Amino acid sequence: MDTLYYLIQNTLPVTIPLLLVALGGMFSERSGIINIALEGIMLFGAFFGCFFVYLVQGTSMNAQTVLLLGMLVAAVAGYVFSQLLSFATVNLNADQTITGTSLNMLVPAVILLFSKMKFNSDGITTDINFYIKEVPGLGSIPVLGKMFFQNTYLTVYIGFLFLIISAIVFYKTKFGLRLRACGEHPHAADSVGINVYHMRHAGVAISGVLAGVGGFFYSVGIMDGNIGGHTGVAGFGFLALAVMIFGQWKPIKILFAALFFAFLRTLAYSVPLIPFLDGLHINQTFYKMLPYIATMVVLAFTSKKSSAPKAEGIPYDMSQR
Amino acid sequence: MQVKNKIAKLTKSKGYSSFTAALLAIFIGLIIGYIIMLIASPANSLSGIAMVLVGGASRLGDVFYFATPILMTGLAVGFAFKMGMFNIGASGQYTMGMFFALYAGFMWDLPAGIHWIVCVLAGMIGGLLWGLIPGILKAILNVNEVITSIMFNYIGMYLVDMLIQGNATMYISSKTRTDYLPSTAQITSLGVQNSNVNLSIFIAVAFAIILFIVLNKTTFGYELKATGFNKNASTYAGMNGKRNIILTMAIAGAMAGLGGAFAILAPSTIPGSSMTYEPINVIAANGFNGIAVALLANSNPLGIIFSSIFVSYIQRGGTLASLFGYKPEIIDIVIAVIIYFSAFALFMKTVVAEVLKRRKTEKASTGINSDQPLSATEKEDV
Repeated sequence: MDTLYYLIQNTLPVTIPLLLVALGGMFSERSGIINIALEGIMLFGAFFGCFFVYLVQGTSMNAQTVLLLGMLVAAVAGYVFSQLLSFATVNLNADQTITGTSLNMLVPAVILLFSKMKFNSDGITTDINFYIKEVPGLGSIPVLGKMFFQNTYLTVYIGFLFLIISAIVFYKTKFGLRLRACGEHPHAADSVGINVYHMRHAGVAISGVLAGVGGFFYSVGIMDGNIGGHTGVAGFGFLALAVMIFGQWKPIKILFAALFFAFLRTLAYSVPLIPFLDGLHINQTFYKMLPYIATMVVLAFTSKKSSAPKAEGIPYDMSQR
Repeated sequence: MQVKNKIAKLTKSKGYSSFTAALLAIFIGLIIGYIIMLIASPANSLSGIAMVLVGGASRLGDVFYFATPILMTGLAVGFAFKMGMFNIGASGQYTMGMFFALYAGFMWDLPAGIHWIVCVLAGMIGGLLWGLIPGILKAILNVNEVITSIMFNYIGMYLVDMLIQGNATMYISSKTRTDYLPSTAQITSLGVQNSNVNLSIFIAVAFAIILFIVLNKTTFGYELKATGFNKNASTYAGMNGKRNIILTMAIAGAMAGLGGAFAILAPSTIPGSSMTYEPINVIAANGFNGIAVALLANSNPLGIIFSSIFVSYIQRGGTLASLFGYKPEIIDIVIAVIIYFSAFALFMKTVVAEVLKRRKTEKASTGINSDQPLSATEKEDV
């Protein structure tokens, strides 16, 4: 039972970055822009979030306040960086995949350059402890308290809050409906007076904010508040894309997809603690491959009847029919 | 007059405009590199950027040596691009090729002269397999090749690290790297002093030429490009799209695998040593540099020869710029910026071409308001 608690407690902080970034990808793709740059945006957000933490860690600020402020910094950083993508793809009709790839290549180089010049290391190391041993009150609820309110991070609750807000914006507002229309049939959307360019800018901007925050939460929940240029976010941006596809571009399904991948990853990293798996004596690197292999298998089974937005990846050209 | 006509014809050709687009992107990239240097250390910035621009000339051997792997990964990306597929998995294919070459180098005892050729072929097969699987998944199950190849980058990297760490002949755990390869497995050096440049650069160039011929002079190449232009039309014309997808990805993978083999089998300047691989769970950067190389050359195999040499050239310059205290990451930034701009340089190019075309038709039919479609440039004012 302790193993189960341990797995759940450790799965949730891993789920949140995947969830947020996949939601970001969803907003972008449902508006019609493929966002391969999620990985880069995550790293960019994580870097600025951590840099903020680094700057304030000497002061007497409460750790959770620092986390919230760092989140805002990361969100702004993610938004700013995502503008590079939307400028090239929406305004200049650039190839979305290539632009995204170039942005992914840009970020680690920038971070390495900056960190080497400023800290003479590969990244930023902070020493603030964001860990929550037990949420007051809620943590003492039997079973559930132990599962969800002990040994955790604030990021988990914020992440679920973001999920709820995203789902509401996506399905219950005029904006969400218009955004989805632009990803399916931009010409039809245009014919009823929706500005496709604005909607696509908005989609990419939201994905930038969510991916920036997701990146910061990655560094908080998985890297103990550190971030490095070489390891980056270990492909979480790409995994999030797979999560989004597995989740069929829908918020709630994305949550379950993210839980699935996060669970696999947690399992991979806690093999020595699980007597059964440890007894199999399989190389630990094999377990590290597991989330990626699972992604492949899942995609192989779900891609045939893909429900991808119809107009994604195609620059909007008014004069076409 | 004839010369003038020829020049006019040349400047209006497609190749010329993609060349100018690439030059524009390179220019912007270098300017941004200079600005970064200016911010980092203003006093040395001029000597720094000068070193980036001319430094490579003093290390020509190394320029060609480092150009070889990215030439191959560039071909891997560019060839798939011609079919309209984005082979972002060159890194994984490269790593796989490297592993297969290493395996053949360590585990098989073959006479000198044959050994390295076998290793190179093994590397090619390794890369081919790693490109083949995403190809099959794409053709049969319609899995997006971008996601598949990214996943295969990670799977390949972890798999290779695991296999190398588990092999006592290949891996020295105390040094966390592979052992030195036997000298029979190393590619013959060209004998340039202080440089690892070797025969493989010629093999790489030969492959670029072969791919150029395949693309432009064979039915397969024609079908491939037709599929890249319009998938539905090529299917309608009776081309076997699925087979072509699988073949393209396999060939692309083989190219990247060769790149990995060329990189690891290169001779060392220090006798008795060799290139080594460190299994540290990092994705090979050469695969991503291949994307830059392919884009700069507009995926033309012959252009890729030159763009790979160019990228290698400024990389050497960037390494030498560290003499002035600049970090070599500046070049990575420059390369990323170049890709970013070449992504819409292609767009700028079409706009320029369209404007030129319209001016021409307007000249031909003055007064008659032709029903030209709205160009993409006019979208902002709606």
